[in-house]
Amino acid sequence: MTGPKAFVRQELISALPPPLMASGVVLWLRQRLFSGVFNSVLTVVSVALLAALLWPTIRFLLIDAVWSGSSREACVGQAGPVGACWPFITAKLTQFAYGIYPETEQWRVDLTYLIGVALLVPLLVPRIPYKIANAFLFFAAYPVLAYLLLVGGYENIGLPHVETRLWGGLLVTLVISFMGIIGSLPLGILLALGRRSDLPIVRMLSVIFIEFWRGVPLITVLFFATYMLPFFLPESWKIDPLARVLIGVTLFAGAYMAEVVRGGLAAIPRGQFEGSTALGLGYWRTMIFVILPQALKHVIPGIVNSFIALFKDTTLVLIVSIFDLLGQLRAGFADQNWITPATLFTGFAFAGIIYFAISFAMSRYALYTEQRLAVPR
Amino acid sequence: MRRRSADGVISGPPRIPFYNNPRIRGVLYQLILLAALIWLAYEFVINVRANLAAQGFSSGFGFLGNTAGFGVSQSLIAYSESDSYGRVFVVGLLNTLLVSAIGIVFATLLGFVIGLARLSQNWLVARLAGGYVEVIRNLPLLFQILFWYLAVLGTLPLPRQSFSVFGQVFLNNRGVIVPAPLFGEGASYVGGACLLGILATIALARWARHRQDLTGKQFPVFVSGIGLIIGIPFLVLATLGFPISFETPQLRGFNFVGGIRLIPEFIALLIALSTYTAAYIAEVVRAGVQSVPHGQSEAALGLGFKRGLLLRLIVVPQALRVMVPLLTNQYLNLTKNSTLGVAIGYPDLFGLFAGTTLNQTHQAIEVIAITMAVYLVISLVTSFVMNWYNMRLRLVER
Repeated sequence: MTGPKAFVRQELISALPPPLMASGVVLWLRQRLFSGVFNSVLTVVSVALLAALLWPTIRFLLIDAVWSGSSREACVGQAGPVGACWPFITAKLTQFAYGIYPETEQWRVDLTYLIGVALLVPLLVPRIPYKIANAFLFFAAYPVLAYLLLVGGYENIGLPHVETRLWGGLLVTLVISFMGIIGSLPLGILLALGRRSDLPIVRMLSVIFIEFWRGVPLITVLFFATYMLPFFLPESWKIDPLARVLIGVTLFAGAYMAEVVRGGLAAIPRGQFEGSTALGLGYWRTMIFVILPQALKHVIPGIVNSFIALFKDTTLVLIVSIFDLLGQLRAGFADQNWITPATLFTGFAFAGIIYFAISFAMSRYALYTEQRLAVPR
Repeated sequence: MRRRSADGVISGPPRIPFYNNPRIRGVLYQLILLAALIWLAYEFVINVRANLAAQGFSSGFGFLGNTAGFGVSQSLIAYSESDSYGRVFVVGLLNTLLVSAIGIVFATLLGFVIGLARLSQNWLVARLAGGYVEVIRNLPLLFQILFWYLAVLGTLPLPRQSFSVFGQVFLNNRGVIVPAPLFGEGASYVGGACLLGILATIALARWARHRQDLTGKQFPVFVSGIGLIIGIPFLVLATLGFPISFETPQLRGFNFVGGIRLIPEFIALLIALSTYTAAYIAEVVRAGVQSVPHGQSEAALGLGFKRGLLLRLIVVPQALRVMVPLLTNQYLNLTKNSTLGVAIGYPDLFGLFAGTTLNQTHQAIEVIAITMAVYLVISLVTSFVMNWYNMRLRLVER
């Protein structure tokens, strides 16, 4: 750009020192932890940082912790350093798990969880056969069963109606995540197909839909669903608040899912479309039997990642007064009987462990699937 | 095309009925879809009218001129309770932009440090950074906001027992109080001097590059640039007799007088947004650096590049091509996530407008539509700019 360069180096640069002669642990330590002054300093600082973070946490959660009691007196009365206030969690455990779901009916929630786990586990293990039947049971039959069990309304067989405003805690978190997942996946697939369609109006509408929901924050979507949606529907339709939130979450997650699926569709070579057209398959058969099975397989990690995002986003419902796990936690903090600084940290530690465990398990599963499906090169 | 031959046998391709023609089908499907949508929109309008009439609410944007009548805990422009809802909107928008802009700066700095730490040769440092990313990314953002607000900032001591940093900055449960700058006469010259320093540095860099092209001699541009940018304003300050001073906050009775108070809601939201987004930015940085083929670094090392130059001239320019769109995405996410401040009462656009204003005026449709439109415009403008940028940066291949 600046014309010919006039400068050319004439003499050689001095040679580098020979490589280190060591092996085993010593080599590893030298290379990975102490390969110079700067790195050694970094290592020492890291060890100090780790100790400064871990040791107080362990002391707080386990060593200095209070394990039994019935009110805040148990947690503030003691001398010495402040520890976690576990009796708070014990006292509030039912609320964290079920909200104010009637105590005599809580077995229904447990049963729903149990069936869910029984259907989910075989679905996740690749070696177990009958995947299609299993998936049908989990994604189509299970929601209906869960609805009947949780909502009820059949006094004669011992399932009285339980209003959704009594639901709360982990139950709401899981219901919203699960319904969001099974609603957003088909919606996302349809939108992704629409966005790649040859029909201009379908394509345009899909793009507008996707970009609209992706462009606004989830909380505005929840407000839209809670406060604005009722205006759009006939006055006689009384939609349950939880259902409104579910609609909002599904639309929002569907738009994100569409972009993930679109990535998968884009990765399918053109020959697959041409091949199935040559075999005489129509559009839907091409998609259902040839393209989508391959495309979805490609993007399983992406799909799981959007499930993780959806799971974390369910916490936002507390802003529209639906008490999920985090909402119940916050309500628990307001209890006069338990107000101490230690209660706050204990509650956050407890909820944090639950949120972390579920998200982390999902992300590890995504990683595992990615490695399993990776084409060896 | 169908022909009947002499013996009456039909040959040539069979006639396809019009309803099996894919083109006609396509048009038909789209017409049906469009008709369904128009019908849906019509139903919505009818329902909205009926519902509004039934509940006795007025519609329209006239409410923006009404008096708001509530106070706001943080405002960048003059605001009082007698101002209008329109002004509330502007106050909220500015607060959203404030926390987003500062959050983006902190998130980028922290994200780059952690992303590079994850790539470090040092095993422990890489593991520590990896742990940070895992923990932060697997916890909901709202959880983190509430944690910082309730558990960390909420348990700070009362103003009388504030933590103090060098007697200048004070931390207590009312927020963080920092010294306020006082601008005396001639303070504006300092800004001009700063600008002059930057321009001089750019000129110096161009000259140094030209000289290196011709002679191979290098010039310490970075150090001298810093000298220019800091030195010139300092000289101006000194000649004017230091017109800028700082007002230290003083404890009077139960509270502080003087200085600038940053409300705890702002601090909590800022910390949570920065640390959360930093974990994602760290992943972007890692992906960007790893996207540069290893051969590039090896070739540069073979040519005798030092590690710093290798990063600056070979790795970073190529990694940026991958990173910039992803980074923009994270910045957009941060801006959208700032709406979560409503959970702790930070007066951002969403909290003030879709929260308080909606509650007071009951103009749900207008308020939510305006709020959504603002975020939509921010997102769409950014993605248009990004598309244009990507087009420009695209590798031109054969």
